[in-house]
Amino acid sequence: MGFFADLGRWFLENWSGDAGWLVRIWQHVEVSAVAVVAAVLVALPLGAWLGHTGRGGLAVVSVVNIGRAMPSFGILALALPFTIWLADTVWFIDNGLGFAPTFVALFALALPPVFTNTWAGIRGVDPEIVEAARGMGFTGRRLLRDVEFPLALPVILTGVRVTAVQVVATATLGALVGYGGLGRYIIDGFATQDDVRIVAGALLVAALSVLTEAMFSLVERRVVSPGLGIERQTTVPTPETRFRNGEHPEAVLS
Amino acid sequence: MPEPMISLEGVTKVFPGSAAPAVDNLTLEVAAGEVAVLVGHSGCGKTTTLKMINRLIDPTSGRITVAGEDVMTVPAPELRRRIGYVIQQIGLFPHRTIADNIATVPRLLGWDRTRIDERTDELIALVDLDPALRNRYPRELSGGQRQRAGVARALAADPPVLLMDEPFGAVDPIVRSRLQDELLDLQRRLHKTIVLVTHDIDEAIKLGDRVAILQVGGVLAQHDSPAAILRDPAGPFVEEFLGSDRGIKRLSLMPIRDVPLEPGPVVSRAADPEEARAAMARYGVDWFGILDDGNLEGWAWAADLEQGPIASLPARSFRVRLGYDDSLRDALDTVITSHTGVAPVFDGERFVGMLTAEAISRELAR
Ligand SMILES: Nc1ncnc2c1ncn2[C@@H]1O[C@H](COP(=O)(O)OP(=O)(O)OP(=O)(O)O)[C@@H](O)[C@H]1O
Ligand SMILES: [Mg+2]
Repeated sequence: MGFFADLGRWFLENWSGDAGWLVRIWQHVEVSAVAVVAAVLVALPLGAWLGHTGRGGLAVVSVVNIGRAMPSFGILALALPFTIWLADTVWFIDNGLGFAPTFVALFALALPPVFTNTWAGIRGVDPEIVEAARGMGFTGRRLLRDVEFPLALPVILTGVRVTAVQVVATATLGALVGYGGLGRYIIDGFATQDDVRIVAGALLVAALSVLTEAMFSLVERRVVSPGLGIERQTTVPTPETRFRNGEHPEAVLS
Repeated sequence: MPEPMISLEGVTKVFPGSAAPAVDNLTLEVAAGEVAVLVGHSGCGKTTTLKMINRLIDPTSGRITVAGEDVMTVPAPELRRRIGYVIQQIGLFPHRTIADNIATVPRLLGWDRTRIDERTDELIALVDLDPALRNRYPRELSGGQRQRAGVARALAADPPVLLMDEPFGAVDPIVRSRLQDELLDLQRRLHKTIVLVTHDIDEAIKLGDRVAILQVGGVLAQHDSPAAILRDPAGPFVEEFLGSDRGIKRLSLMPIRDVPLEPGPVVSRAADPEEARAAMARYGVDWFGILDDGNLEGWAWAADLEQGPIASLPARSFRVRLGYDDSLRDALDTVITSHTGVAPVFDGERFVGMLTAEAISRELAR
């Protein structure tokens, strides 16, 4: 009982100020959001265009494999010297610690799943519908914008949602390279053997993840055409799971 | 012959990686306002032929013109917006409402909103679609409704040419038959040039002004009117393709109007019983029809004559009646299922005569 009382008291006493959880949540959300938005801005147009033209099958597999082989912790470790070097050379980055390496790591984490889902989503659009569209006079960009993209949207958004949740969870590691965010409580809690602080930080990260998931689900329901009868996918259909589901490799990778 | 709306001259398609051509040296002309049906077994190159017309597939060699223009000289998207394209229900965009689906080509052509809205309403009425379905999505429609929406979409920009690939393949036989009738009805009003692909010979006979029968490899086996093909099949392949009920199929193309009818065992209200008995004897039946002022009122049994003068007999109504424009195939069914072996034929409300089973078989033998 004593522990829960302590936990409750912790939340009451630590909400305000520079190290309070309101600020920490904001920092956590800030770096996560910037990373996800940046990843979407890069990966979505690229994945959509490659999916549309049918090119880049090999690139997709490589990206997926690299993405999967790299632990976030490793990316962070690699990002740190890189961002420090950047801070020395690029005038508008003045701090190689904190935000920059955290952002780079999260961005690298977010890029592959957004890219592969977009690519696989576009490739997965029923070829008969695409041909019907061509038969009516749709061409390149218009076909992608008006037909392929809206039809692939459920898969694409699933990718973004799963990615965002993963990024929010991983942003915790930012504390290791001097960033704020909720990871601070956990890292500092370990350092001072303060169990209450560790658990409070973990709870906040968990809550933020759940909230992120819920928010993206809401967005999905709003922007996907009701005509598609949204079926929520719980896992990201990577090319690998599509192989396992019996699809021909050509269909997935060509 | 006036210049054809669509012409294929020595068109061949060999898909990369395959040795045999999918379509081999095909020459075919489709006149303006004609319904041309391409029919043949699965894989004989029907779809390939159709897609070469709107350039979804480019021919390996040969020339295709639409409205006198070589299709290879027109940018493909521009060409396609001038040609309506209907495929099985899958072709509707699932993420768009029915109205938006129908508005597809007008939007591509950059029409303004009001014009698109008006046209959409017009088309929904034209294909007899419930206006309440306007804002529904394709998955919320039945197969038949989707098909109508598909036709409406193809007609949206009023293209002179319509390509239809197995348009009724995905609906059940009853709906299919109704949709076929509706297409014929639509065509009587719109006079489009239609190329329709099917593997159903009955559909081809019913819909085609002319039918092109293709053999595997896209070889043209015969190209003629359905009646001519049924009368004179060009060789054993066509004969077999038409099936063993070729005679019955021919009947479906012959309207009753073209057959000499019998007056039948029919007498007027004023006639005396002897006249009625003589008429029945002539046809070997035990009933007679009653005419009142040229109107066929109904019929009575021979035994009814015992009850009094013909003028006062109650007329039983005919359970079967044929229209002057019904086909002999419809008539045959009616005639052989009526136990008397004859059926009255009407031109609107006017009685024009009786059709007998013998008359039908005499017609087939000609
Ligand atoms: N894109 C393609 N690449 C290679 N071969 C093809 C392609 N499309 C069609 N074929 C081949 O060309 C031949 C004709 O195909 P097509 O689709 O025109 O047949 P079809 O008459 O429409 O048959 P169905 O009635 O089954 O639709 C077939 O042997 C088919 O396998
Ligand atoms: Mg076909």
